[in-house]
Amino acid sequence: MDNKNKEVIDAIEAPIYLKYKFTAGLAPARFLSQLKQGVLTGQRCPKCDNVYVPPRGSCPACGVATEEEVVLGDKATVQSFTIVSIPIPGNPIQPPYIVANLVPDGANISFIHLMSECVNEEVRIGQRVTAIWKPREEWDFAMDNIRYFKPLDEPDVPAELIGHLSVNGTEN
Amino acid sequence: MVKDSLLQKEYELGFTYTRSTGPVVGKFLTGLKNRQIFGNRASDGRVIVPPMEYDPETFRPLNDFVQVSDAGVIESWCWVSKPRSSHPSAVPFAWAMIKLDGADISMIHHIVTNEQNRVVTGARVKALWIDQPVGFISDIRCFVLEED
Repeated sequence: MDNKNKEVIDAIEAPIYLKYKFTAGLAPARFLSQLKQGVLTGQRCPKCDNVYVPPRGSCPACGVATEEEVVLGDKATVQSFTIVSIPIPGNPIQPPYIVANLVPDGANISFIHLMSECVNEEVRIGQRVTAIWKPREEWDFAMDNIRYFKPLDEPDVPAELIGHLSVNGTEN
Repeated sequence: MVKDSLLQKEYELGFTYTRSTGPVVGKFLTGLKNRQIFGNRASDGRVIVPPMEYDPETFRPLNDFVQVSDAGVIESWCWVSKPRSSHPSAVPFAWAMIKLDGADISMIHHIVTNEQNRVVTGARVKALWIDQPVGFISDIRCFVLEED
Protein backbone atom coordinates (compact mmCIF):
# COMPACT_ATOMS: atom_id res chain seq x y z
CA MET A 1 0.00 0.00 0.00
CA ASP A 2 1.32 3.44 -0.87
CA ASN A 3 -0.25 6.52 0.67
CA LYS A 4 2.07 8.90 -1.18
CA ASN A 5 -0.32 9.32 -4.07
CA LYS A 6 -3.52 9.28 -2.04
CA GLU A 7 -5.32 12.52 -1.40
CA VAL A 8 -7.38 11.08 1.44
CA ILE A 9 -5.81 8.59 3.82
CA ASP A 10 -8.14 5.71 4.60
CA ALA A 11 -5.72 2.94 5.56
CA ILE A 12 -2.32 2.56 7.16
CA GLU A 13 0.20 -0.21 7.35
CA ALA A 14 0.44 -1.28 10.96
CA PRO A 15 2.63 -4.37 11.14
CA ILE A 16 3.52 -5.96 14.45
CA TYR A 17 6.75 -7.91 14.78
CA LEU A 18 7.36 -10.11 17.79
CA LYS A 19 10.98 -11.13 18.31
CA TYR A 20 11.63 -14.23 20.37
CA LYS A 21 14.73 -15.95 21.62
CA PHE A 22 13.63 -19.54 22.02
CA THR A 23 15.61 -21.61 24.49
CA ALA A 24 15.06 -25.34 24.28
CA GLY A 25 14.87 -26.96 27.70
CA LEU A 26 16.95 -30.00 28.60
CA ALA A 27 14.56 -32.54 27.09
CA PRO A 28 13.87 -30.66 23.83
CA ALA A 29 17.61 -29.89 23.48
CA ARG A 30 18.36 -33.62 23.80
CA PHE A 31 15.58 -34.40 21.31
CA LEU A 32 16.92 -31.87 18.79
CA SER A 33 20.52 -33.06 19.26
CA GLN A 34 19.40 -36.61 18.47
CA LEU A 35 17.45 -35.34 15.47
CA LYS A 36 20.64 -33.77 14.18
CA GLN A 37 22.08 -37.31 14.24
CA GLY A 38 19.07 -38.61 12.32
CA VAL A 39 17.42 -40.29 15.30
CA LEU A 40 13.86 -39.68 16.48
CA THR A 41 13.56 -40.02 20.24
CA GLY A 42 10.93 -39.72 22.94
CA GLN A 43 10.90 -39.98 26.72
CA ARG A 44 9.03 -42.53 28.83
CA CYS A 45 7.08 -41.63 31.96
CA PRO A 46 8.33 -43.75 34.89
CA LYS A 47 4.79 -43.96 36.30
CA CYS A 48 2.39 -44.52 33.40
CA ASP A 49 4.88 -45.75 30.76
CA ASN A 50 3.57 -43.30 28.15
CA VAL A 51 6.23 -42.24 25.66
CA TYR A 52 6.17 -38.58 24.67
CA VAL A 53 7.54 -37.16 21.43
CA PRO A 54 8.81 -34.52 21.29
CA PRO A 55 9.69 -34.88 24.98
CA ARG A 56 9.08 -31.94 27.30
CA GLY A 57 10.88 -33.46 30.26
CA SER A 58 7.77 -34.33 32.25
CA CYS A 59 4.57 -36.34 32.04
CA PRO A 60 1.57 -34.01 31.98
CA ALA A 61 -0.71 -36.80 33.24
CA CYS A 62 1.41 -37.93 36.21
CA GLY A 63 3.27 -34.70 36.93
CA VAL A 64 6.62 -36.45 37.19
CA ALA A 65 9.91 -35.87 35.38
CA THR A 66 10.70 -38.11 32.43
CA GLU A 67 14.31 -39.19 31.97
CA GLU A 68 14.34 -42.50 30.12
CA GLU A 69 15.08 -41.85 26.47
CA VAL A 70 13.37 -44.09 23.94
CA VAL A 71 14.65 -44.40 20.39
CA LEU A 72 11.71 -44.47 18.00
CA GLY A 73 11.59 -45.88 14.50
CA ASP A 74 10.86 -44.09 11.26
CA LYS A 75 7.45 -45.70 10.93
CA ALA A 76 4.30 -44.01 12.15
CA THR A 77 0.51 -44.17 11.98
CA VAL A 78 -1.88 -41.46 10.82
CA GLN A 79 -3.97 -40.39 13.81
CA SER A 80 -5.70 -37.54 11.99
CA PHE A 81 -5.01 -35.32 9.00
CA THR A 82 -6.21 -32.37 7.00
CA ILE A 83 -5.89 -31.43 3.36
CA VAL A 84 -4.61 -27.87 3.14
CA SER A 85 -6.12 -26.16 0.10
CA ILE A 86 -5.42 -22.50 0.85
CA PRO A 87 -1.92 -21.10 0.37
CA ILE A 88 -0.38 -19.70 3.53
CA PRO A 89 1.68 -16.51 3.00
CA GLY A 90 5.38 -17.26 3.26
CA ASN A 91 4.90 -21.01 3.06
CA PRO A 92 6.69 -22.39 -0.02
CA ILE A 93 4.59 -25.57 -0.16
CA GLN A 94 1.99 -25.48 -2.91
CA PRO A 95 -1.48 -26.66 -1.88
CA PRO A 96 -3.21 -29.01 -1.86
CA TYR A 97 -1.05 -30.89 0.61
CA ILE A 98 -1.55 -33.02 3.70
CA VAL A 99 -0.74 -32.08 7.26
CA ALA A 100 -1.17 -34.99 9.64
CA ASN A 101 -0.96 -35.91 13.29
CA LEU A 102 1.36 -38.92 13.24
CA VAL A 103 2.13 -41.32 16.08
CA PRO A 104 5.56 -42.89 15.64
CA ASP A 105 5.83 -46.55 16.57
CA GLY A 106 6.78 -46.85 20.23
CA ALA A 107 5.26 -43.49 21.18
CA ASN A 108 1.86 -42.71 22.65
CA ILE A 109 1.26 -39.23 21.34
CA SER A 110 1.38 -37.67 17.91
CA PHE A 111 3.30 -34.82 16.37
CA ILE A 112 2.36 -32.79 13.32
CA HIS A 113 4.18 -33.34 10.05
CA LEU A 114 3.68 -33.33 6.30
CA MET A 115 2.68 -36.25 4.11
CA SER A 116 3.74 -36.58 0.51
CA GLU A 117 4.14 -39.21 -2.23
CA CYS A 118 0.55 -40.07 -1.45
CA VAL A 119 -2.82 -39.72 -3.12
CA ASN A 120 -4.41 -37.02 -0.98
CA GLU A 121 -7.91 -38.48 -1.38
CA GLU A 122 -6.71 -41.88 -0.16
CA VAL A 123 -5.06 -40.69 3.05
CA ARG A 124 -6.93 -42.11 6.03
CA ILE A 125 -6.80 -42.55 9.78
CA GLY A 126 -4.81 -45.66 10.65
CA GLN A 127 -2.67 -45.48 7.50
CA ARG A 128 0.94 -46.56 7.92
CA VAL A 129 3.67 -44.12 6.88
CA THR A 130 7.44 -43.82 7.07
CA ALA A 131 9.78 -40.86 7.40
CA ILE A 132 11.69 -39.57 4.39
CA TRP A 133 14.79 -37.82 5.69
CA LYS A 134 16.75 -35.08 4.01
CA PRO A 135 20.29 -35.93 2.92
CA ARG A 136 22.54 -36.35 5.97
CA GLU A 137 24.59 -33.23 5.17
CA GLU A 138 21.47 -31.07 5.56
CA TRP A 139 20.59 -32.33 9.02
CA ASP A 140 20.19 -29.61 11.62
CA PHE A 141 18.59 -29.27 15.07
CA ALA A 142 15.20 -29.36 13.39
CA MET A 143 12.14 -31.50 12.85
CA ASP A 144 12.26 -30.77 9.14
CA ASN A 145 15.30 -33.03 8.87
CA ILE A 146 12.40 -35.30 8.06
CA ARG A 147 11.17 -33.90 4.78
CA TYR A 148 7.82 -35.66 4.97
CA PHE A 149 6.18 -39.02 5.60
CA LYS A 150 5.03 -41.30 2.79
CA PRO A 151 2.60 -44.20 2.84
CA LEU A 152 3.80 -47.74 3.57
CA ASP A 153 2.36 -50.87 2.06
CA GLU A 154 1.17 -52.23 5.41
CA PRO A 155 -2.31 -52.99 6.75
CA ASP A 156 -4.06 -50.08 8.46
CA VAL A 157 -3.95 -49.89 12.23
CA PRO A 158 -7.39 -50.19 13.89
CA ALA A 159 -8.39 -46.88 15.47
CA GLU A 160 -8.27 -48.25 19.03
CA LEU A 161 -4.65 -49.33 18.57
CA ILE A 162 -3.37 -46.03 17.20
CA GLY A 163 -0.91 -44.66 19.72
CA HIS A 164 -0.42 -48.08 21.33
CA LEU A 165 2.02 -49.78 18.96
CA SER A 166 5.42 -50.92 20.19
CA VAL A 167 8.58 -49.63 18.60
CA ASN A 168 8.41 -52.71 16.37
CA GLY A 169 5.19 -51.41 14.87
CA THR A 170 2.64 -53.87 13.55
CA GLU A 171 5.07 -56.79 13.83
CA ASN A 172 4.77 -56.76 17.63
CA MET B 1 20.93 -39.41 29.90
CA VAL B 2 23.64 -37.39 28.25
CA LYS B 3 23.27 -33.68 28.87
CA ASP B 4 23.48 -31.57 25.75
CA SER B 5 24.22 -27.90 25.87
CA LEU B 6 21.14 -25.68 25.69
CA LEU B 7 20.00 -24.72 22.24
CA GLN B 8 18.82 -21.21 21.47
CA LYS B 9 17.40 -19.64 18.36
CA GLU B 10 16.01 -16.26 17.37
CA TYR B 11 12.51 -16.14 15.95
CA GLU B 12 10.46 -13.33 14.54
CA LEU B 13 6.72 -13.52 14.23
CA GLY B 14 5.24 -10.83 11.99
CA PHE B 15 1.65 -9.74 11.60
CA THR B 16 1.62 -7.51 8.50
CA TYR B 17 -1.64 -5.75 9.19
CA THR B 18 -3.13 -2.98 7.09
CA ARG B 19 -5.70 -1.10 9.12
CA SER B 20 -8.60 1.00 7.92
CA THR B 21 -8.50 4.40 9.54
CA GLY B 22 -12.16 5.30 9.41
CA PRO B 23 -13.16 8.88 8.48
CA VAL B 24 -12.00 10.60 11.68
CA VAL B 25 -8.47 9.21 12.02
CA GLY B 26 -8.30 9.39 8.22
CA LYS B 27 -9.01 13.11 8.41
CA PHE B 28 -6.22 13.52 11.00
CA LEU B 29 -3.71 11.54 8.90
CA THR B 30 -4.73 13.30 5.71
CA GLY B 31 -4.08 16.57 7.53
CA LEU B 32 -0.61 15.40 8.56
CA LYS B 33 0.17 14.65 4.94
CA ASN B 34 -0.51 18.34 4.25
CA ARG B 35 1.43 19.41 7.36
CA GLN B 36 -1.77 20.33 9.13
CA ILE B 37 -3.02 19.07 12.46
CA PHE B 38 -6.75 18.54 12.93
CA GLY B 39 -8.77 17.96 16.03
CA ASN B 40 -12.52 18.04 16.49
CA ARG B 41 -14.90 19.84 18.78
CA ALA B 42 -16.71 17.86 21.43
CA SER B 43 -20.21 18.62 22.74
CA ASP B 44 -18.75 20.53 25.69
CA GLY B 45 -16.82 22.80 23.32
CA ARG B 46 -13.38 21.33 23.93
CA VAL B 47 -11.14 20.75 20.92
CA ILE B 48 -9.77 17.22 21.06
CA VAL B 49 -6.50 16.39 19.29
CA PRO B 50 -6.09 13.87 17.74
CA PRO B 51 -9.79 13.91 16.87
CA MET B 52 -12.13 11.45 18.57
CA GLU B 53 -14.68 9.37 16.72
CA TYR B 54 -17.43 9.71 19.32
CA ASP B 55 -18.27 12.31 21.91
CA PRO B 56 -17.19 11.22 25.40
CA GLU B 57 -20.41 12.62 26.95
CA THR B 58 -23.17 12.14 24.38
CA PHE B 59 -21.55 9.27 22.43
CA ARG B 60 -22.62 10.92 19.18
CA PRO B 61 -20.25 10.96 16.19
CA LEU B 62 -17.98 13.99 16.15
CA ASN B 63 -17.63 15.74 12.79
CA ASP B 64 -16.75 19.35 13.63
CA PHE B 65 -13.09 19.33 12.62
CA VAL B 66 -10.87 22.17 13.75
CA GLN B 67 -7.35 22.86 12.58
CA VAL B 68 -4.94 23.59 15.40
CA SER B 69 -1.40 24.90 15.46
CA ASP B 70 1.64 22.68 15.04
CA ALA B 71 3.19 24.42 18.05
CA GLY B 72 2.18 24.27 21.69
CA VAL B 73 3.13 23.75 25.32
CA ILE B 74 4.61 20.81 27.20
CA GLU B 75 2.05 19.62 29.77
CA SER B 76 4.11 16.71 31.05
CA TRP B 77 7.09 14.73 29.91
CA CYS B 78 9.38 11.79 30.61
CA TRP B 79 13.02 11.74 29.59
CA VAL B 80 14.28 8.56 27.90
CA SER B 81 18.05 8.42 28.25
CA LYS B 82 18.49 5.02 26.62
CA PRO B 83 16.13 4.67 23.65
CA ARG B 84 15.14 1.18 22.60
CA SER B 85 14.94 -0.05 19.02
CA SER B 86 11.17 0.40 18.93
CA HIS B 87 11.33 4.01 20.08
CA PRO B 88 10.82 6.81 17.57
CA SER B 89 14.23 8.35 18.23
CA ALA B 90 17.67 6.75 18.25
CA VAL B 91 19.07 9.54 20.43
CA PRO B 92 17.84 10.41 23.95
CA PHE B 93 14.46 12.11 23.82
CA ALA B 94 11.41 12.98 25.89
CA TRP B 95 7.97 11.48 25.61
CA ALA B 96 5.68 14.43 26.14
CA MET B 97 2.05 15.41 26.41
CA ILE B 98 1.86 18.50 24.24
CA LYS B 99 -1.11 20.86 24.22
CA LEU B 100 -1.12 22.42 20.79
CA ASP B 101 -2.31 26.01 20.44
CA GLY B 102 -6.04 25.85 19.76
CA ALA B 103 -6.46 22.44 21.39
CA ASP B 104 -7.90 21.67 24.83
CA ILE B 105 -6.50 18.16 25.12
CA SER B 106 -2.81 17.35 24.99
CA MET B 107 -1.39 14.92 22.47
CA ILE B 108 1.44 12.49 23.04
CA HIS B 109 4.52 12.86 20.88
CA HIS B 110 8.24 13.09 21.47
CA ILE B 111 10.74 15.90 21.81
CA VAL B 112 14.32 15.74 20.64
CA THR B 113 16.80 18.22 22.03
CA ASN B 114 20.35 18.28 23.29
CA GLU B 115 19.26 20.69 26.02
CA GLN B 116 17.55 18.25 28.36
CA ASN B 117 17.31 20.85 31.13
CA ARG B 118 15.02 22.96 28.94
CA VAL B 119 12.44 20.19 28.75
CA VAL B 120 10.08 21.45 31.44
CA THR B 121 6.34 21.68 31.88
CA GLY B 122 5.19 24.92 30.26
CA ALA B 123 8.01 25.12 27.73
CA ARG B 124 6.99 25.83 24.15
CA VAL B 125 7.64 23.32 21.38
CA LYS B 126 6.88 23.10 17.68
CA ALA B 127 6.57 20.28 15.21
CA LEU B 128 9.50 19.39 12.97
CA TRP B 129 8.00 17.89 9.83
CA ILE B 130 9.67 15.33 7.60
CA ASP B 131 10.46 16.38 4.04
CA GLN B 132 7.79 14.32 2.33
CA PRO B 133 4.83 13.57 4.59
CA VAL B 134 2.93 10.38 3.78
CA GLY B 135 -0.07 10.60 6.11
CA PHE B 136 1.25 8.99 9.28
CA ILE B 137 1.98 10.21 12.80
CA SER B 138 5.72 10.05 12.06
CA ASP B 139 5.23 12.81 9.47
CA ILE B 140 5.99 14.88 12.56
CA ARG B 141 9.62 13.78 12.90
CA CYS B 142 9.60 15.11 16.45
CA PHE B 143 8.84 18.25 18.40
CA VAL B 144 11.66 20.69 19.10
CA LEU B 145 11.95 23.46 21.65
CA GLU B 146 11.05 26.88 20.40
CA GLU B 147 13.79 29.44 20.79
CA ASP B 148 13.44 31.66 23.83
